[in-house]
Amino acid sequence: MKVIIIDYGAGNIKSIQFAFKRLGVDAILSNDPNEISAADKIIFPGVGAASAAMKMLEESGLDKIIPTLKQPVLGICLGMQLMCNSSEEGNTKGMGIFKVAVKRFSNALKVPQMGWNTIASLKSDLFLGVKENEFMYLVHSFYAEKCSESIATTDYGIEYAAALQKNNFYGVQFHPEKSGTAGAKILQNFLNL
Amino acid sequence: MLTKRIIPCLDIKNGRTVKGVNFVNLIDAGDPVILAKQYAELGADELVFLDISATLEGRKTMLEMVLKVAEQVNIPFTVGGGISSVADVTALLNCGADKVSINSSAIKRPELINELSDKFGSQCVVVAIDAKRIDGHWKVHLAGGTVPTALNLFDWAKEVEKRGAGEILFTSMNNDGTKAGFANEALAKLSSRLNIPIIASGGAGTVQHFIDSFTIGKSDAALAASVFHFGEIAIMDLKTQLRENKIPIRI
Repeated sequence: MKVIIIDYGAGNIKSIQFAFKRLGVDAILSNDPNEISAADKIIFPGVGAASAAMKMLEESGLDKIIPTLKQPVLGICLGMQLMCNSSEEGNTKGMGIFKVAVKRFSNALKVPQMGWNTIASLKSDLFLGVKENEFMYLVHSFYAEKCSESIATTDYGIEYAAALQKNNFYGVQFHPEKSGTAGAKILQNFLNL
Repeated sequence: MLTKRIIPCLDIKNGRTVKGVNFVNLIDAGDPVILAKQYAELGADELVFLDISATLEGRKTMLEMVLKVAEQVNIPFTVGGGISSVADVTALLNCGADKVSINSSAIKRPELINELSDKFGSQCVVVAIDAKRIDGHWKVHLAGGTVPTALNLFDWAKEVEKRGAGEILFTSMNNDGTKAGFANEALAKLSSRLNIPIIASGGAGTVQHFIDSFTIGKSDAALAASVFHFGEIAIMDLKTQLRENKIPIRI
């Protein structure tokens, strides 16, 4: 199986690559549209600021390629947010795969949310064998609203989408690569899709 | 609900753990990778590695260690010690570190905080602050807490937040090594004045100290070294008791 991690300059790529290695899969880093299109599974990572990351995507032309992919794609953290309609972070227009807006957490809370929180209302094969209210590691200041495409929710002042799915596109706000054995299970489920 | 974090801290010199570590039957208690894996399995929520190597050679070894930890450990970890530039951080993040912790270098050149959070995002920038209460005033200290500065803890913490830090690791030097509890009053003040997470450090001796740091000190995470390394407090026992005390915790 050929797994590609999209390398566009905004990612915690090493951790994701190592997480797949622990599952026995050598994931390849690439920003080459042809190579990405030919992969069996695609990971779309991202950390940092939305506007800067979106700019890097646009410069590489990947913002046009990603929405046309037919194989399973998993956006992680900022990767998931960039797959949404828009983000309040720097008033960024996203790729619009998920029809939902990304907003900033209320200032009444500590922002970023940093640490382990639970995921609930799980409804996708991505979560096969993962129990309701399992703990996942999250680090983020912006969140996707709960919507019809939500396949998991988390509560931090507000109940929001911890994961999204539309057809072959999946997105998780948490970091499965850093979420212990339960996180590894989700990555394995993604490989099994 | 977001849970409170328990963070063991490992001091590293030339790629090896420094202070003796004496829990369970480890083959090599000096190997930080084996220890990190063990802590992850025992329920630690995060790990901090503090590089106290004084030489360039030691720093290179640190990068190799970070790479090995990232390969084998499936929970987040922070690396601190001797980081003073964007290049230092790039190297560590490329080896798989999740966050970096800066301390003296941020005091000497506060713009470093802006540079790091602009380039890598505030989520990976932890600013460590060592402070000591002198005549009722919390004074920030440099160089592992040996050199006093003119900075006030609360003013400095506020500035650090404004410049883009994602988290503050506050060590009270009055409490560090005493095993008499965390500096809860100062912690609570930090937590109420700032809008970013605060990690409590210095003074852990008993389970009650952790409970107090979360309830009285309002901290978001608590860091400790020797009580964990010497098996005085088992992480799972600690977490079970925290939960019994209605503190949100991951078990």
